[in-house]
Amino acid sequence: MRYPFPVGRSDFIQGDEAIARAAILAGCRFYAGYPITPASEIFEAMALYMPLVDGVSIQMEDELASMAAIIGASWAGAKAMTATSGPGFSLMMENLGYAIMTETPLVLVDVQRGGPSTGQPTLAAQGDIMQAIWGTHGDHSLIVLSPSTVQEAFDFTIRAFNLAEKYRTPVVLLTDAEIAHMRERVYVPQPGEIEIIDRKLPASEEEAKFPFGDIHGDGVPPMPIFGKGYRTYVTGLTHDERGRPRTVDAEVHEKLVRRIIEKLERNGKDIISYETFELDDAEIAIISTGIVSRSAVRAVKILRERGVRAGMLKLNTIWPFDFEMIEELAERVRKIYVPEMNLGQLYHLVKEGANGKAEVELIAKIGGEVHTPMEIAERVVG
Amino acid sequence: MYLKSAYEIRDKYLRKDMLPTIFCPGCGIGSALQYTLRAIDDLKLNPDEIVWVSGIGCSSRVPGFVNFDGLHTTHGRALAFATGIKLANPDLKIIAFMGDGDAAAIGGNHFIHAIRRNLDVTVILINNFTYGMTGGQVAPTALKGLRGTTAPYGQFENPFDIADLAVSAGANYVARWSVFNYLQGINSIKKALQKEGFTLVEFLSPCPISFGRRNRMKTAPELLRWYQKITVPLAKAKKMPPEELEGKIVIGEFADRDRPGLVREYEAYKKRAKKMMGWEE
Repeated sequence: MRYPFPVGRSDFIQGDEAIARAAILAGCRFYAGYPITPASEIFEAMALYMPLVDGVSIQMEDELASMAAIIGASWAGAKAMTATSGPGFSLMMENLGYAIMTETPLVLVDVQRGGPSTGQPTLAAQGDIMQAIWGTHGDHSLIVLSPSTVQEAFDFTIRAFNLAEKYRTPVVLLTDAEIAHMRERVYVPQPGEIEIIDRKLPASEEEAKFPFGDIHGDGVPPMPIFGKGYRTYVTGLTHDERGRPRTVDAEVHEKLVRRIIEKLERNGKDIISYETFELDDAEIAIISTGIVSRSAVRAVKILRERGVRAGMLKLNTIWPFDFEMIEELAERVRKIYVPEMNLGQLYHLVKEGANGKAEVELIAKIGGEVHTPMEIAERVVG
Repeated sequence: MYLKSAYEIRDKYLRKDMLPTIFCPGCGIGSALQYTLRAIDDLKLNPDEIVWVSGIGCSSRVPGFVNFDGLHTTHGRALAFATGIKLANPDLKIIAFMGDGDAAAIGGNHFIHAIRRNLDVTVILINNFTYGMTGGQVAPTALKGLRGTTAPYGQFENPFDIADLAVSAGANYVARWSVFNYLQGINSIKKALQKEGFTLVEFLSPCPISFGRRNRMKTAPELLRWYQKITVPLAKAKKMPPEELEGKIVIGEFADRDRPGLVREYEAYKKRAKKMMGWEE
């Protein structure tokens, strides 16, 4: 297969460009979107590449339609993606809920910018953390990944597709304007170098009769895609294992919604990813995600030079959230700092995880600039 | 046309475990569904290659009752979902079953853009002038003066003429009938299913429970008689002065043309892209 960009070597590219290239290497062949700053370059790259790899790139009339189209494409068998920013992400919430309820694998990239509303289109923020986790209505769960470099934007995009396919769920790649427009050296691998996971398809007619059951006992039903003769009915209404609407049956609702949530919960070990830096002997922990964790690493170095035993925890997966791991950490350290580019969203999760075992302090910054390492270090020293 | 018995059609295409349907006595959706299944049967289309798509509302429950692949989506967005299905697998034929509120109000934008793109889909649109499932609120198709629970003193807004809108937006085939025009209805669906691009067959359909009851037409026969009174065949309408057409609904075939569909356009676009990049001659 011929690729419209160099593979097997490094390239100096933007975060948005990296996401587009990674998606194509992960097997994405359907992209639907609506232009929005700072996510448009993903769309523009997809528009350039997709026709060349026999994929589809289409500009829809709005974000609701973009999300709808990728769900449709996924049920027709394609790996599909869309990308947006805060205001568009809000519009996608309706069909994101539909994708969760119908267990549709797809990747949704949210390049965060300053909000609320149309806010600061060209400046970075981390204000969509809560929206990514809890934005759509009803009890639900999904996977949220957060890269901090352009290389991670690339790697996490591939991981996002793999997790989506493996667990039959939407995955949100939560990046920001800073990473989107920053240029960094990225290694773009040969297709053979990366592990690609494809969705589980029904092995028999019998299996296909239960597109929303738990026939393998792992909570992830095989997905009978359209056009294979299985005659599958997919609805956003509460449905039984066969996909038939059962809207007033409490037991059916409970079984379905719990399975959707638990299939991710019980695979937390596989899904949750984090990195630590100087954390083993730390008495001060800095917990951050995305672009801010780059300042946090430097802050730890500054603090160590000053004799403060600081360490850092960088969350690559924001949801599912490892509350137990945070509690264990809280038992070991004196204080936890949470620097983030909002007025406290990750902070709430960390505080809940710490469970009173350590003091948790928010280092909030909004307006579009990333925390400087000194800003974080100075708050810690006091 | 030889008409098979309705039982034969039912047994061949409906999901027995989903019956009875949710439809009220006197509802016209079942008729429009039967016409669609008869058209499929007459054309000997392969059910494995057809996907039914719908949004929200009474008519949107149809894909659940037919034994085909089906996607029952969010309110108004059926055609946006359909765009993804069709472009991801152009071998599939798509039938979108939708209501007037679904298509023209919340889904209005998706509707006109799917037509503008000439998305390859056959839309069977149930127009009963009301939001039936939520209990009889006015729809954007409701003629002035008609009552609904959200316009208890009679609709004061202008209605959409859906067929007219579809013709202007560029649909390849547009027809409108009431559900008692069954032969014309079946023939129109057959034509629609055989054409590429966007095709629409709109049915004026009785909703005695939510709509008729509030407009002094409590039974299906009363509504059908009203449809007979207010509908005017296209040929006749052309000869009528505009003031006489006030409050009337024209029925017939409004468009029948062969603009290239979205799938064909995209295939050509892919070729162009490869040529421009020097990948292909």
